[in-house]
Amino acid sequence: MSEQSAMASDMASPRRQSGSLKAYFGTAGNSAVTLICLAVFALAAKAAISWLLVNAVFTGTPEDCKVASGACWPYLADKLRYMLFGIYPFDEQWRPLTATLLFIAAMAVSGIPRLWGRALIAGWIVLLPLLFVLMAGGVFGLTSVPTSQWGGLPLSFMLTFVGLVLALPLGILLALARLSNLPAIRILAITFIELVRGVPLISILFMASVMLPLFMPEGVTIDKLLRAQVAIILFAAAYIAEIVRAGLQALPRGQTEAAQALGLHYWQYTFLVIIPQALKTVIPPLVSLFIGFFQDTTLVTIVGLLDFLNTVRTALRDPNWQGIAVLEGYLFAAVVYFVFSALMGAYSRFLEKRFRVGHD
Amino acid sequence: MALFRTARRIAAAALLLGTSVVAAEAASTLETVKARGKLICGVSMGTTGFALADAQGKFAGFDVDVCRAVASAVFGDPNKVDFVMTNINTRFQVLQSGEIDILSRQTTLTYSREASLGIDFGPAVFYDGQGLMVAKSLGINSAKELDGAAICTLPGTTTAQNLADFFRTTGKKFELVVFENPDENNNAFFSGRCDAVSSDRSDLASIRAGSKSPGDYVILPETISKEPLAPAVRQNDSNWRDIVSWSVWMMMAAEEKGVTQANVDEQAKSTDPEIQRMLGGADDLGPMLGLDKKWGYNIVKQVGNYAEVFDRNLGEKTALGLSRGPNTLWNNGGLLYPPPFR
Repeated sequence: MSEQSAMASDMASPRRQSGSLKAYFGTAGNSAVTLICLAVFALAAKAAISWLLVNAVFTGTPEDCKVASGACWPYLADKLRYMLFGIYPFDEQWRPLTATLLFIAAMAVSGIPRLWGRALIAGWIVLLPLLFVLMAGGVFGLTSVPTSQWGGLPLSFMLTFVGLVLALPLGILLALARLSNLPAIRILAITFIELVRGVPLISILFMASVMLPLFMPEGVTIDKLLRAQVAIILFAAAYIAEIVRAGLQALPRGQTEAAQALGLHYWQYTFLVIIPQALKTVIPPLVSLFIGFFQDTTLVTIVGLLDFLNTVRTALRDPNWQGIAVLEGYLFAAVVYFVFSALMGAYSRFLEKRFRVGHD
Repeated sequence: MALFRTARRIAAAALLLGTSVVAAEAASTLETVKARGKLICGVSMGTTGFALADAQGKFAGFDVDVCRAVASAVFGDPNKVDFVMTNINTRFQVLQSGEIDILSRQTTLTYSREASLGIDFGPAVFYDGQGLMVAKSLGINSAKELDGAAICTLPGTTTAQNLADFFRTTGKKFELVVFENPDENNNAFFSGRCDAVSSDRSDLASIRAGSKSPGDYVILPETISKEPLAPAVRQNDSNWRDIVSWSVWMMMAAEEKGVTQANVDEQAKSTDPEIQRMLGGADDLGPMLGLDKKWGYNIVKQVGNYAEVFDRNLGEKTALGLSRGPNTLWNNGGLLYPPPFR
């Protein structure tokens, strides 16, 4: 233990106080602040409870909701499947449901560090086409559902997570290319990264949907979902590349030199020594980026795709419910986004703890 | 040019990765649609009365029924349509690239669109026009009385231009408040941020229907622009354009002749020669366009005549509560004038 840290541990940690009542009512000023905060919190809680539960309508028709002053839950029940799956054929909605559940389960399994390895990658390579077939149909007696009818939460998931899973290796390669000693590769990587980062996602989506078809032979179109997916992958890769580069540059040069001294060649020491350490240090910004992308995918509405937020938004325009329930829909969307973003955040903290990223 | 060709070749190679050939260059749209077994129709991303998916994801609306009429004409089945939602910014490109067969999306027929966009319009299915809506409490009966009013609109050069032109004629001032998002725009109006809101009249009705108390708002009588809304198809396929046009006119002519969804079977036995031709009793009009003999009968039976389609989606009994206005038949003083079926 160094002298400095010994001194630091001698000092009382100021955080410890917060557990006792003294922190809240120690002085007259503290007590006043605490009481005011409690009062505000109680008022907000009372308003929320009366809207959410007491005055709310749980079963009934739009007319019942119109007269009530609280939340209108029948609306949510009526539109839930539309919000979740959009215009996917109603009788076939078990397919996106199964696909989404399988996908979430696979994500959860992949989150267990003990299972990381070749088998997991192989599993994903099998699973993703399987999920695609389940959604698209056309074989095994499943009716064919064109991608223009996909929507809602499965679409948001697919665009975000499939996008990021594919963008991550591309981003790592770009980061390595940017640090490469070969000028041609370096310049290519810098050009790509700076070009993509220099324009907003919405304009890349727009270009993918408007410019790309102009280069196509007449009568040939690339599926618009695929176009949006590729645009998201390229966009995410540029940002991931810069984050990974930060991690690479934070590593002491000695790591590379030691690995070289052991006789490892470039790909060996890069992927066995350097990249794992670099990725470990950039977990927090990487997860922030992932959360950001989960929320940004809603921009695909510009190319006519209905992601989750937009199915919620269009559900609000139902003439039977128009003007009756607005907040309920947005609240539902907020809860769903919050749950998944919070899960990602919690997982990031778990990883940080496990790899002991911070200096303790 | 060489670069362009290379780009095309690369793009063609990229086809291997999950692409689809929509229409071979030679095949007509009708052949493509028949071979596919389904019509693909571009509609809006959700507009009350015009195109909106219900809780089961089934589309309904005025624009949707235009597509269903064409599906009835081609297949004798109004459900053989896949609806593709199109964004207002990319709608024409989606049509040009062949992703959809018809664009039926509250689109105004204008000279520059028809001349320069590589598309052709069918007949106007709904005569709209830009209008203004205010709160009843303002006590105003005419847009000419507005002075110094703050007016909420969505972005779009024509909307603002029309307002500027109108207020120049009245000699009064106004202040424009532009919102990117329709919901924000409507809320700004309802909360009193703006004195008036301006958009197409059908749209104003839809905004009003979305308020807590629709009775508190009034759409002013002035129409400050012409907005004939029409379906569009790709340029240079006149057969397909004819099919779309005459499907629309069939609905109007059916109203004119008093043929309805309910009485079409009876009317098919009518001795009126035009009804005979329309419903496939005499002469073979259908095959001239490559359609079934019963195409007109199918449209009226399965989708309805113009009045039925209007009343069902936009009419006074719906949330929008629109009156027919100029969208009445010519013999009632309206603008709908279907050419003769002969």
